[in-house]
Amino acid sequence: MTAPPGATLSELRECVTAAHHERKRLRLRGAGTKDFYGECVVGEPVAGDALDLRSYRGIVDYEPSELVLTARCGTALSEIETALAERGQFLAFEPPAFGGDPTIGGVIAAGLSGPRRMYAGAARDFVLGATLLDARGEVLRFGGQVMKNVAGFDVSRLLCGSLGILGIITEVSLKVLPMPRAEETLRFPLSAQEAVAAFNRWSGQPLPISGAAWCEGAAYLRLSGAASAVRTAKEGLGGERVEATSAAQWWNALRHCSHPIFNNSSIWRLSLPDTTAPLTLPGELLIDWGGALRWYASEDRDPDAQNVDVRAAASAAGGTAICWRGPAPSTGRFHPLQPAVAELHRRLKERFDPHGIFNPGRMIAGL
Amino acid sequence: MRQHDVAAALRQLLPADSVLSRDEELHPYECDGLTAFRQIPMLVVLPRTEEEVRQVLVTCRRLEVPVVARGSGTGLSGGATPHASGVLLSLARLNKILEIDALARIARLQPGVRNLQVSDAAAPHGLYYAPDPSSQIACSIGGNVAENSGGVHCLKYGLTVHNVLGIRGYTMEGELLELGSRAPDRPGLDLLALAIGSEGLLMVVTEVIVKLVPRPQLARVVMASFADVCEAGNAVAAIIAAGIIPAGLEMMDRKATAAVEPFVQAGYDLAAEAILLAEADGTPEEVADQIAEIEGVLSTAGATAMTVSNTEAERLRFWSGRKNAFPAAGRVSPDYYCMDGTIPRKNLGPMLKAIEAMETRYGLRCMNVFHAGDGNLHPLILFDANTPGEWERADRFGAEILELCVRLGGTITGEHGVGIEKINSMCVQFSEAERAAFFAVKAAFDPAGLLNPGKAIPTLARCAEYGKMHVRGGALPHSDLPRF
Ligand SMILES: Cc1cc2nc3c(=O)[nH]c(=O)nc-3n(C[C@H](O)[C@H](O)[C@H](O)COP(=O)(O)OP(=O)(O)OC[C@H]3O[C@@H](n4cnc5c(N)ncnc54)[C@H](O)[C@@H]3O)c2cc1C
Repeated sequence: MTAPPGATLSELRECVTAAHHERKRLRLRGAGTKDFYGECVVGEPVAGDALDLRSYRGIVDYEPSELVLTARCGTALSEIETALAERGQFLAFEPPAFGGDPTIGGVIAAGLSGPRRMYAGAARDFVLGATLLDARGEVLRFGGQVMKNVAGFDVSRLLCGSLGILGIITEVSLKVLPMPRAEETLRFPLSAQEAVAAFNRWSGQPLPISGAAWCEGAAYLRLSGAASAVRTAKEGLGGERVEATSAAQWWNALRHCSHPIFNNSSIWRLSLPDTTAPLTLPGELLIDWGGALRWYASEDRDPDAQNVDVRAAASAAGGTAICWRGPAPSTGRFHPLQPAVAELHRRLKERFDPHGIFNPGRMIAGL
Repeated sequence: MRQHDVAAALRQLLPADSVLSRDEELHPYECDGLTAFRQIPMLVVLPRTEEEVRQVLVTCRRLEVPVVARGSGTGLSGGATPHASGVLLSLARLNKILEIDALARIARLQPGVRNLQVSDAAAPHGLYYAPDPSSQIACSIGGNVAENSGGVHCLKYGLTVHNVLGIRGYTMEGELLELGSRAPDRPGLDLLALAIGSEGLLMVVTEVIVKLVPRPQLARVVMASFADVCEAGNAVAAIIAAGIIPAGLEMMDRKATAAVEPFVQAGYDLAAEAILLAEADGTPEEVADQIAEIEGVLSTAGATAMTVSNTEAERLRFWSGRKNAFPAAGRVSPDYYCMDGTIPRKNLGPMLKAIEAMETRYGLRCMNVFHAGDGNLHPLILFDANTPGEWERADRFGAEILELCVRLGGTITGEHGVGIEKINSMCVQFSEAERAAFFAVKAAFDPAGLLNPGKAIPTLARCAEYGKMHVRGGALPHSDLPRF
């Protein structure tokens, strides 16, 4: 199913209310760059008719001096980034595009952030407001277009990362930031262990860090900000300067998951406290987010054996593990939730989408 | 008697000095920072441990007693106003800093720890906790989480929601919830973001993990005078448009500077219609560059005078007036009523003009201090509660400001919360379906509806009533009766 070209909100509402009454399941879809992402039965696509939301598109409002951009869910990320770049601004959470051109609705529904996440903030930190089309066809506006807003529960941030299970995010207002005036990347030959230690040491100093990653014996540190701040920091840190084009390539490869290690068939994504020493897990390691994000990539592994190892290791370190690629283990792609938290997911789902029409099973099996 | 039974049940679980029931003991808890609303609670309970908190909740749930959590009671929207037949649950005794991990740049705190204590404890490591509400000497971190509090530096460093990594606490059912963690971006719905700013309606927070950030090497502030409030408002937008994000960007109008100057001797230009304070922080070179840039933008925007702080003492002096604006209001007027709307920055000037017109209409003075960089306004309406009719006028004046905030594309509260104070204005900002969604969220966490009931979200009936009062335009029926 595709929303009609240039769909209006009322046409989307019709699609949704019809589905709600017929109890027909809908698989919400933007550009499909994240079709791989989410919980689903091994070898089967997520249940439901695909509802293509790309036709509900367009930047609704953008005022650079307000640092706010509002767009409909189907707007292409590239369109937004181009509009921002024209005014010297950008989305500081560096959403991944996975080699395609995702819609902003998909970006927010997935809630994924790039290399700047620990320094500028995560996708949800930039959400100022969102409009939700729920299963009953109600159009609900939460948050707004201002920097500070504590009226009502913060449902707009709840929607960020909700994977469409609560309804269609039809519109979002995002905080945008001026692009940094200067940027430099430094390279340091370090072991993974040394890199994690160095990242944490550096992060405790007033340095303009905007990225810290490691792969194959080298740590990369990105500095962004005022030219003078970047210059002073660079002089104090040492390391080898990475030429601008290759630096941009490196950070883009991390942001969009296009680094060669992503060619492996089995990939785990671990989120850990950033001080965690490298875990002894098989596969190639890529560290991002100053140590808080660890990718382990390899070929052909027994998923259930992996599940035990990787999940247990991540949990023991106080973190979580997502099976990013490769056959999902029996406990699911996503790290299982604490029972009380899982129960809250069920209750919230029940209230926003009582018949379970939106993205069934995409976040949690059976929900 | 109900009070006796509930007290007896709680005294079986907690030491005698943790359950207060005598009138003179209850009295100090009758209000928070919103002193216009007072209510003696049935009981006050002061647990010392997380387990005691859980037991209090389980017992109150079983006996169907409403519970209102309280941190330091500095809230300005009546979020911690007690419930007449409920337990006021003070978290003040859970006041330990459990852990400071300098390498990981985090602090693990009990909810009763005061905001400033965190930065003090982190200072030896060159770190601090960024959100700095003006009440930071007194307000608790649990209260900050419940209100999603901000401060003068949140334009650059974010609000509470951007600086809290995880929380632990209990639902009214006594279920332990751990939301967020030291590891970022846990899978599942972002319940941490939902819980922050939930005004004590969803859970009682018993532990908070916050992010600590390195203290910048240097900070300097530019103080600029303007002959017109609209010009000052436009100057704020011009700074942002120039690609500058100052560490702080605040505005005070002439009435505000006149009130604070005798009090703190900050050296404000009393002839100016408005002054702006714009702070730059970072390395010495970076600060020098940014200050020069800010000065350039401000002079083009029409600043009539500018002074830059040359020493740390001078910087603090420039800020002292802004930080003491509320107490200063208390000195120039018997009572003041602090509003907290947010609007798009471009509307700052028109908003100030509109407030000026309202002053005449309501016959009350209003001084304005703004977190201008975020568009967050704190008009302080001055009144005397002992003069009949003045509080009612102040209340209506405030409601009109908030409605204008909504019309100008903003919100009724930027950082102080809805509580009971702004509950009617919620009817203006949110539709019936949106309010129903809020109740649905509430019910998911607290099906029995016993945690801080009657706050933050107005019922349908209440909005209908408010709507009726509204059409009669200003002249409220029964203005002698308490409206809340
Ligand atoms: C002079 C002055 C200046 C101020 N300046 C600012 C400012 O600059 N920025 C700003 O944002 N605010 C400001 N405030 C408002 C106030 O200080 C903040 O809202 C603060 O976060 C409240 O903290 P508290 O500990 O006093 O909370 P309380 O007033 O005790 O409670 C506030 C709310 O939080 C809930 N609560 C408290 N503790 C918990 C817990 N552990 N678990 C669950 N719920 C809980 C209560 O039920 C209530 O709803 C100011 C207040 C004053 C008096």
